[in-house]
Amino acid sequence: MTLLYLALFAAVLFGVAYVFRLVGRSATGNAPFFRDMPFGVAYGYMLAAFLLLFGIYYYLKPVDLEGVPQAGVMFFRWAVQGFIMFAAAAFVFRLIFRNVGTEGTKKLFRSMPLTAAFGVMIIIAYAFVSIFAGLIAPYGQEEILGAANIVPGGNPAMGGNPEYPLGTDQIGRDILSRLIYGAQNTVGIAFVTTCLAFFIGGSLGFLAATLGGWLDQLLSRAVDALMAIPALIFALLLITIATAWAGSASWQVTIYMIFIIAIIDSTRVFRLSRAVGLNIVVMDYIEAAKLRGEGLGYLVFREMLPNAYAPLLAEFGLRFCFVFLTIASLSFLGVGIQPPLADWGTMVRDLSQFINFAAFAPNVAVAPLLAAGAIALLTVGVNFVVDWMLHKSSGLKE
Amino acid sequence: MSEPLLKVRGLKIEGRSDETWNPIINGVDMDLNKGEVIGLIGESGAGKSTIGLASMGFTRDGVRISEGSVVFDGVDLVTASAADKRALLGKRIAYVAQSAAASFNPAHKLIDQHTEGPVQHSVSNKAESQEDGIELYRRLRLPNPEEIGFRYPHQVSGGQLQRAMTAMAMACRPDLIIFDEPTTALDVTTQIEVLASIRDIVEQFDTAAIYITHDLAVVAQMADKIKVLLKGDEVEEADTRTMLANPTQDYTKSLWAVRSFERPAKPSVVTGSTPIVSVKNVTAAYGTVDVLHDVSFDIHAGRTVAVVGESGSGKSTTARCITGLLPPRKGYIEFEGVQMPLDYRRRDKNQLRQAQMIYQMADTALNPRKTIGETIGRPVEFYLGLKGKEKRAKVDALLDEIELEPTEYFNRLPSELSGGQKQRIGIARALAAEPKFIICDEVTSALDQLVAEGILKLLAKLQDQLGLSYMFITHDLATVKSISDEVVVMKDGVVVEQGEKADMFTPPHHPYTDLLLSSVPEMDPDWLDNLLEQRGVDNIGDAAVDKM
Repeated sequence: MTLLYLALFAAVLFGVAYVFRLVGRSATGNAPFFRDMPFGVAYGYMLAAFLLLFGIYYYLKPVDLEGVPQAGVMFFRWAVQGFIMFAAAAFVFRLIFRNVGTEGTKKLFRSMPLTAAFGVMIIIAYAFVSIFAGLIAPYGQEEILGAANIVPGGNPAMGGNPEYPLGTDQIGRDILSRLIYGAQNTVGIAFVTTCLAFFIGGSLGFLAATLGGWLDQLLSRAVDALMAIPALIFALLLITIATAWAGSASWQVTIYMIFIIAIIDSTRVFRLSRAVGLNIVVMDYIEAAKLRGEGLGYLVFREMLPNAYAPLLAEFGLRFCFVFLTIASLSFLGVGIQPPLADWGTMVRDLSQFINFAAFAPNVAVAPLLAAGAIALLTVGVNFVVDWMLHKSSGLKE
Repeated sequence: MSEPLLKVRGLKIEGRSDETWNPIINGVDMDLNKGEVIGLIGESGAGKSTIGLASMGFTRDGVRISEGSVVFDGVDLVTASAADKRALLGKRIAYVAQSAAASFNPAHKLIDQHTEGPVQHSVSNKAESQEDGIELYRRLRLPNPEEIGFRYPHQVSGGQLQRAMTAMAMACRPDLIIFDEPTTALDVTTQIEVLASIRDIVEQFDTAAIYITHDLAVVAQMADKIKVLLKGDEVEEADTRTMLANPTQDYTKSLWAVRSFERPAKPSVVTGSTPIVSVKNVTAAYGTVDVLHDVSFDIHAGRTVAVVGESGSGKSTTARCITGLLPPRKGYIEFEGVQMPLDYRRRDKNQLRQAQMIYQMADTALNPRKTIGETIGRPVEFYLGLKGKEKRAKVDALLDEIELEPTEYFNRLPSELSGGQKQRIGIARALAAEPKFIICDEVTSALDQLVAEGILKLLAKLQDQLGLSYMFITHDLATVKSISDEVVVMKDGVVVEQGEKADMFTPPHHPYTDLLLSSVPEMDPDWLDNLLEQRGVDNIGDAAVDKM
């Protein structure tokens, strides 16, 4: 039955698209825009228009239907509001930096698309929060306060408390404070891990590309072997082994985790930097430098590395997201960053059962989504910036 | 007179860069009758290819036709709808690109790509069009016409691929074909073959053609009339013989004059003097296949030795042996009578300094992330040990020597230079090591004629001032004539003939040298006809080479 409705809907849209193009042609006197429009494009326009109208209709539906909260509508409203808020914030952010700052940054922001501005804004905000976490957070990350399970929103009528705007978790720790400290722990550790992965993978990759021969074979096959094992399961396995060595202190496990993830991720970096390096190494200017009698260090760091910045930097952004998500998933599984340190992955796991309340108490179900949202926001932001940088370095216009 | 087949009026084209539209073509008119061939010539950036594409109503991304009309057989292609253009393109207007190797889809057989157009335009069905394709291959004198179409693009040679592409353009028997530099990437002996076949087939089917090239001698063979372009403006247009005999504009005259640069002959070598570089019985291999066989020649102080041959003849491989990038399997290299270590890694700084290299592609020879000052400054610091102010002074002196203003260019990146300027930086980098010997690997083949001439003059001037010796690798015999003292002719890794330039350019020749020399197009519109008459149609290009 649903299929039938879908088919009917598609058929109606077909007709509408046809009429749209026909009307467009006669109304504009056969302008090239309508004249050369393929039917698929016309169909796409109509589909987009329909989705927009449906979105508006859904947004305006009542939140409360005879005392029963409509969770779908509520979440949809929050999503739309959040989207508009962030877009507006990014716009204002870009506007400010187009007029403030040095000539160089002004020019940079003038050529920046809104998505990239959003990404830059998010990254700056996260960096700020994680550096000054101790000053910003209202409570300590391990501090157990009065009541447990206070609903986010700060509205006493809904079970909230204005003193804890994002509520408290099951043992009464302030979620806002833990989110802020979580930025410090999760983002900080991910950053260190990514840097380490790049140091290991990048230098070995360039070395393999420059020297070639048996060293290249040895390193490449070793990397192949490591990459053949599913990353998350491999990490889990190694961390389990490391825990046996680590002794009682939880920070030791964290150090082991950093090294394990760095090594696993460095295999991907190795692959990329080797491939990039191989493309650079065949250039005549490298040959000229070799014939000049330059040493390996000069070749790699002064001749090759500057030409590899763009792809490596882009990979750094992506790799950071992956590392960050790996840490969050390991924490979610209980082997990552150890409690009582606040960590977003752990927070999602601890509060995950509240997601079951989504249907009848949307406010309660928000609790686990806050940490998940913090992860998603950073991932999206970093990816926007990476896309922009790739686009810039590839020399594409418009 | 009847209406021309293609009528271009007031064509203006703009390209988008830095957020504004900048003019590329500033109003060009062109008429082309049925069966007529027009040659478009000019330097790179003159707008030749842009006009060629615009004749199909097409522009590249970021480029638009802002004004004017392109009327093909009564249809204005500028304002025509996409559907109308689709009906014409491929069927009545066809395009042959410069690089056939990059234009064929490597995943499909030649004949399958050939039949695509006729089937798409319902001119014929697949079987008929295949038969027709074989017939066209025969007319274009491709070897094994029945069989060659069933190969993949990588299985045939560059010249054959270019002819297969011409056949593909002919598949629907179009009224107009646009040839965009179809022979630029080919060797001289292969070029003749392609030129002869293109001309024949265009005549046979009475097809009109726009022939785009920067080589005047080539256009002299192909075109009925010639249009000279400069930076998007038309300089002049006239029929081929008039244009060649007496051009009216100064710019055209300067293009014509390029071919006359020749440096005076130098006194011959004193017998018994030690050569700067001598290559002694070198045999070298890539993997297990020998690509050089027992190559020997000497290069004396202050002289230029041109190494000539087609692609694959081992010219560049010889250079790699001299620099030590490819250690020879047998034989050795001497610098001023001293035997060099075979591998460059075992040579010391001073030995490395003596032989410098200038590359063909200035784009890949300069590190794009280093400023000109850094690029030239590095060998100055590395070899001469100069730092700070002394280094700067030396770099400035070098920039002066290559005729670039030091203050203006010191902090620029290679991307902010033109092709000729980049090549000059390559020369400066080689000079910075204060060498006695420089290998020039096809240094002018990627440049326009006027620019190339500037580079050749600069090299000649430097040689006179500094007493340098050059090994000049090239496939262009005009360049050889203008700059060399001695010539080494190579074929399949063997030195076929060597000697003083004067001897080499006067008969009797070795048969291969003769073939090479007679294959260089001349500025005489009858040259190709005479040559074909002399050699016979089946005895040109690859066929002639194979018979040796």
